[in-house]
Amino acid sequence: MSKHTLSVLVENKPGVLARVAGLFSRRGFNIDSLAVGPTEHDEISRMTIVVNVEELPLEQVTKQLNKLVNVLKIVELDPDDSVLRELLLVKVKADLSTRSHVLETVQLFRAKVVDVAPDAVTIEATGTADKLDALIRVLEPFGIKELVQSGLVAVGRGARSITDRNTLRPVERTA
Amino acid sequence: MTTTGAQALVRALEHLDVDVVFGIPGGAILPAYDPLFDSKKVRHLLVRHEQGAGHAATGYAQATGRVGVCMATSGPGATNLVTPIADAYMDSVPIVAITGQVPSAAIGTDAFQEADICGITIPITKHNFLVQNADDIPRVMAEAFHIAATGRPGPVLVDIAKDALQAATTFNWPVEMDVPGYRPAARPHGKQLREAARAIVDAKRPVLYAGGGVLKARAAQELHAFAELVGAPVITTLMARGAFPDSHPQHLGMPGMHGSVAAVTALQKCDLIIAIGTRFDDRVTGKLSTFAPGAAVIHADIDPAEISKNRVADIPIVGDARDVLTDLAAAVRAEIAEGRTPDYAAWWRQCDGWRRTYPLGYDEPADGSLAPQYVVERLGRIAGPDTVFVAGVGQHQMWASQFVSYEKPYTWINSGGLGTMGFAVPAAMGAKVGRPDALVWAIDGDGCFQMTNQELTTCAIEGIPIKVAVINNGSLGMVRQWQTLFYEGRYSNTDLKRDRPQYLPDFVKLADAMGCVGLRCESAGDVDATIEKAMSIDDAPVVVDFVVGKDAMVWPMVAAGTSNDDIKVARDTAPDFDYEMGEVVSES
Repeated sequence: MSKHTLSVLVENKPGVLARVAGLFSRRGFNIDSLAVGPTEHDEISRMTIVVNVEELPLEQVTKQLNKLVNVLKIVELDPDDSVLRELLLVKVKADLSTRSHVLETVQLFRAKVVDVAPDAVTIEATGTADKLDALIRVLEPFGIKELVQSGLVAVGRGARSITDRNTLRPVERTA
Repeated sequence: MTTTGAQALVRALEHLDVDVVFGIPGGAILPAYDPLFDSKKVRHLLVRHEQGAGHAATGYAQATGRVGVCMATSGPGATNLVTPIADAYMDSVPIVAITGQVPSAAIGTDAFQEADICGITIPITKHNFLVQNADDIPRVMAEAFHIAATGRPGPVLVDIAKDALQAATTFNWPVEMDVPGYRPAARPHGKQLREAARAIVDAKRPVLYAGGGVLKARAAQELHAFAELVGAPVITTLMARGAFPDSHPQHLGMPGMHGSVAAVTALQKCDLIIAIGTRFDDRVTGKLSTFAPGAAVIHADIDPAEISKNRVADIPIVGDARDVLTDLAAAVRAEIAEGRTPDYAAWWRQCDGWRRTYPLGYDEPADGSLAPQYVVERLGRIAGPDTVFVAGVGQHQMWASQFVSYEKPYTWINSGGLGTMGFAVPAAMGAKVGRPDALVWAIDGDGCFQMTNQELTTCAIEGIPIKVAVINNGSLGMVRQWQTLFYEGRYSNTDLKRDRPQYLPDFVKLADAMGCVGLRCESAGDVDATIEKAMSIDDAPVVVDFVVGKDAMVWPMVAAGTSNDDIKVARDTAPDFDYEMGEVVSES
């Protein structure tokens, strides 16, 4: 199995997320991560979907996705030529005796503290999944009270845009 | 001009050339039924159950090639359409289902007769729409018909909130469609076609495997021309019966679980499969890992997702079957012009051997009862090649696919993918409405018939004189066959216990009660006369109760999950392939 990051441009209409998510589950494909949000075009949303499948099932996933009437375009992003980011918010125990150690860790990871309480701090970090995993490992000894993480979002490097109107055509994947 | 959403809906149907809608009114769809009452162009047929409306729309579409339309109210009306929608989805039938929905403000409140029919039908529709604004109705209807009919056809559901039907709007036609993400396949790719043509002339043992896509593309003529140009053996799947004449010398029959030995074996032993508009269904391939082990695969389909889904294609071709067959014929002609002529003589000797040694046949029942296969065979012979046959699901369906000789396209309609019992009567009704001049015979089982026969009342009232041959073996025959073969003859809940002092139910009386003519036939000597009697009546639907034995089985058979190599021609009897293969080896 290998991870693949798909950027899926869809019409910004109600129910499209259910169509996409339902397709994955009924065809037996697991989604590792999914993030949906607006794009620079009001009528288009962008989904970033990470799937863990072999090459052949991946082809089947993209072909089935392409059949959804609300799906406009699918691009598989090459991780070596893309910027990949996740967002982490984590609430860590931090009283007077440990706070300075926690803040040191925050600095090392170029994260930031977004909320402080007498016995806890909330840290915000962005980065690749590897970086966030490393941060979590270092914070664990202090005591993690609550953790929330976004799905992956990703964009290709360079000047080209997949939402370019001229390129908003089907990816004619040869069968 | 100002109008209501409901009037816009009916006018859109008129502009879309809809001549018939099968349906049942109810609360949420009521506004639509008012203008429908006045329409001069759209005939509404009041069915007895929404499932009947859905299958009728499918029968209509399969018989005519046009989009079939059904209509129901919200909640239970809509959920009763779920089975026919799923059926149409599996068999790629273009139908549009229109359902009423509770008013927009009530959506999500568990209102009376509310069901999220769009959510429910996402996995079984090609696409669906929830309309909450009257202004959207004409555009959505145009999009629904466009999506249903083009590319790989399929069912589309349009769910319209009651307030959208009631609201004032303006009606304009034509409308501009807005489906930027919908792109039916383009012309087949030239390079792939040339590669395929080369593989075809180089092959020693090819098989042309034609599926329902050939009929959907209205490409029977193109198939005929291509098959004769190439000279390869042809097999037609359950969904493609009639796409190529059964009497044609190149036709080896149907592949699959109950296919002919020649068709199943030719696929197993071939070196090239030319698959056109078909999807390598498990009922055709048997155990996939052992299917056609020595074959390279050319797979042409209008749906790219079908290609390499089950069996990996060596030469994939995306395109409409008619385009593919036309272009592929040209590419093969180009190969022949350059002196590369196919030679399948040795292969034909082998195929002819299987065909000669293992023809379709059946044994007379030992208990002296009427053989169901005989009934079907005689029906096919007497009704003739212009008759449209419509089957339910089970043994009678398989016998109808085997023992009727199909010579023309669109003369065979059945539920292939979903295997929907109860399909025959309402689908035959739809077929007869679509082709009123054709003789339409439903061949049904007694189990199936008891699921949907209420539509015979619709047929009687609306003047739709279909004929129904009930192959009545008093049991759920196909399930019983599996119990005989795989469950040591333990007939758990498959006996319909028809044999009381008098038959229960009495299908002749039932037919009579529904305004049909009921006939009964219990012996082989009466079969022809009974069929002829039924054929002589054309002012009412006719039901013929053919009382047959319960022990007849469908052969040949490839048991579920086993290899096609293990096909049985009768119980515990396998063809002697080693002998056959040995014969060929010595020839080559």
